[in-house]
Amino acid sequence: MAPKLSSVAKTAQLAASALKSNAVRSSLKYSGQYQALRMINGTRAASSPAEKKTITIRDALNAGLAEELDRDDDVFLMGEEVAQYNGAYKVSRGLLDRFGERRVIDTPITEMGFTGLAVGAALHGLKPVLEFMTFNFAMQAIDQIVNSAAKTYYMSGGTQPCNITFRGPNGAAAGVAAQHSQCYAAWYGSIPGLKVVSPYSAEDYKGLIKAAIRDPNPVVFLENEIAYGETHEISEEALSTDFILPIGKANIEREGTDLTFVSHSRSVKFCLEAAETLEKQYGVKAEVINLRSIKPLDVPTIVESVKKTNHLVTVEAGFPAFGVGSEIVAQVMESEAFDYLDAPVERVTGCEVPTPYAKELEDFAFPDEPTVVRAARKVLGL
Amino acid sequence: MIRSVRPLANVSSRIAKRNLASSSSELVSIELPASSFEGYNLDIPELSFETEKETLLQMYKDMIIIRRMEMAADALYKAKKIRGFCHLSVGQEAIAVGIENAISKEDTVITSYRCHGFAFMRGAPVKAILGELMGKRTGVSYGKGGSMHMFAPGFYGGNGIVGAQVPLGAGLAFSHKYRGQKAAAFTLYGDGASNQGQVFEAYNMAKLWNLPCIFACENNKYGMGTAASRSSALVEYHKRGQYIPGLKINGMDVLATYQASKFAKDWAAQGNGPLVLEYETYRYGGHSMSDPGTTYRTREEVQHMRSRNDPIAGLKATLLDKGIATEEEIKSYDKAARAYVDEQVASAEADSPPEAKMDILFEDVYVPGSEIPVLRGRISDDSWDFKNKTFLNKVY
Repeated sequence: MAPKLSSVAKTAQLAASALKSNAVRSSLKYSGQYQALRMINGTRAASSPAEKKTITIRDALNAGLAEELDRDDDVFLMGEEVAQYNGAYKVSRGLLDRFGERRVIDTPITEMGFTGLAVGAALHGLKPVLEFMTFNFAMQAIDQIVNSAAKTYYMSGGTQPCNITFRGPNGAAAGVAAQHSQCYAAWYGSIPGLKVVSPYSAEDYKGLIKAAIRDPNPVVFLENEIAYGETHEISEEALSTDFILPIGKANIEREGTDLTFVSHSRSVKFCLEAAETLEKQYGVKAEVINLRSIKPLDVPTIVESVKKTNHLVTVEAGFPAFGVGSEIVAQVMESEAFDYLDAPVERVTGCEVPTPYAKELEDFAFPDEPTVVRAARKVLGL
Repeated sequence: MIRSVRPLANVSSRIAKRNLASSSSELVSIELPASSFEGYNLDIPELSFETEKETLLQMYKDMIIIRRMEMAADALYKAKKIRGFCHLSVGQEAIAVGIENAISKEDTVITSYRCHGFAFMRGAPVKAILGELMGKRTGVSYGKGGSMHMFAPGFYGGNGIVGAQVPLGAGLAFSHKYRGQKAAAFTLYGDGASNQGQVFEAYNMAKLWNLPCIFACENNKYGMGTAASRSSALVEYHKRGQYIPGLKINGMDVLATYQASKFAKDWAAQGNGPLVLEYETYRYGGHSMSDPGTTYRTREEVQHMRSRNDPIAGLKATLLDKGIATEEEIKSYDKAARAYVDEQVASAEADSPPEAKMDILFEDVYVPGSEIPVLRGRISDDSWDFKNKTFLNKVY
């Protein structure tokens, strides 16, 4: 039985057949058709379900946002340059054309003000998706995120919910220096009342942004700017409008028996590369866990893996002190996995410096594949 | 499957009663003095208007309940039955009462931590407010919030961070507009908060997007211990909106606050965008219960305001003057209010606090049905497992 096509795929099909019959591209009548075509890598009615589609992370995120805007009128997107500019990083490309200025709103450069405004709208029952151009700028608004959004349900004795999604690039970009490169996973991960999500693959981005928007709590959705342009495989199931990933379940990207890597966001890529290297050069089979979620942290999956492999390396790009890696190590030590460790846990983190600009120095500031391999060899005694 | 959120503590039907004009209700003419209003790029509201006698009586009764409730809170705080912060609005009653009598259930109100009067006017019962102050389970926020975090239908707190409520209020207005409602969001803040940057950010977006946001500065002359002239380069708070029309109001006269609030609500409902109101008022007490309120102002000043400008005494004079009530009737209302509040105090005091159980502690961090699997207690053993409703490591 042919799988049910997503509305995006249907739009793309119509656009493709319109183009076939009339060669002039500008003849496509309906907005969103170009967007759909770009998203689905030339979907045709005849393609078989077995064929693996690919999609950029940017387009997967765009699709997820479009689907949620389509599904629920209470959802709206707000942020700097999200509408007419099509998104500072083009994540919201085509959304203004498709949904109009009531649903996709450009803001002035006033983070504290527009974050408070979005939280107020959420308190009244709307479901804002608030974009920060980067989470570095969200520091100006962090009082509204923590004190007005995260804590309100509790302070009101469970009478005042706040369904809001805060999203945007987090962590390193390339050559943007200290004020534009910080990772905030640990800061938001410590706040009761927030959920914090950090996707890695295109499926993660699409499934988790939809879950975040539908979740009735405030959710912080940490993206990565370098990742936006990366192409990933995506299943037909993930392209459907009903595809949701649960918040709080980590994904085992690669199974292994000798060592566990626990990571999130872009660092998962370095773990996968390191796992290849370790297998080829040392015959070591490393298991790679993609956390997907910082709060809640999927401790059971980590514990089960450590019980199997007896060795653990955490990899993330945030500052080392009081970070995500520190939390993972503490949780593992407090769990039954403690008795299964054959060596102390090694944390691979960002370097404890404000991010430098010169590439030679910036390369030292964040994890990369050779560093991850070094950490693995240390833990395994190789 | 997400269960519905917990309902607010039983809301009184006072609001519904107020909006019904009884056929026996007579109209009375009010003539406000010219000093009641001062406009900024705005034609002031009509100084003469008509309203029902019932409305005036209701406003009197509302103000005396708030006054007695706040004074009860004062006594309870001194008896150490209320902890932490307690910011009272004695002297400022005319603002909450004037606004509520001018608006509908669909309009929204948000303010700072000086919120007990507003919570009452928006429907939270006296007993639930006092209960919340005393940390009882029957409190407005089930004992989880305290003085600064009270909510009611159409009332969004109760906010502890100075100025943070102003962009929130612009967000309420945004939602009204998004939904096509002809409603206004009354967004209150003090003279102390008026200099916050986020207030100006909210002004900008409200004007840019034509939001029905009524920014309302309750200027009680002091931001904690700092006189307005020591904090603000421009103390004419109704002009701070620069490109937004403004209106200064005598906030000690409930008839002026009522007329101005009606004007503002109509302004917003007609799609004219934001306004910046300044209700000029005065608090007899200190900033909070920790502040005697006499180190930065003279007792004479407080006495002067109390004897010459008290909102309750002012409305009482009008009621007597216009023959709406006799001295005896007013005395009986006063007695009834006192008795009612005393009764509610006793009732609230008799209630229990939330049980000192971990599952109650951990409740409401997330919406029921969407909790994260585990929330940690003080030690790892005390971690609460939501799915199995038990402790992670032990069974208690």
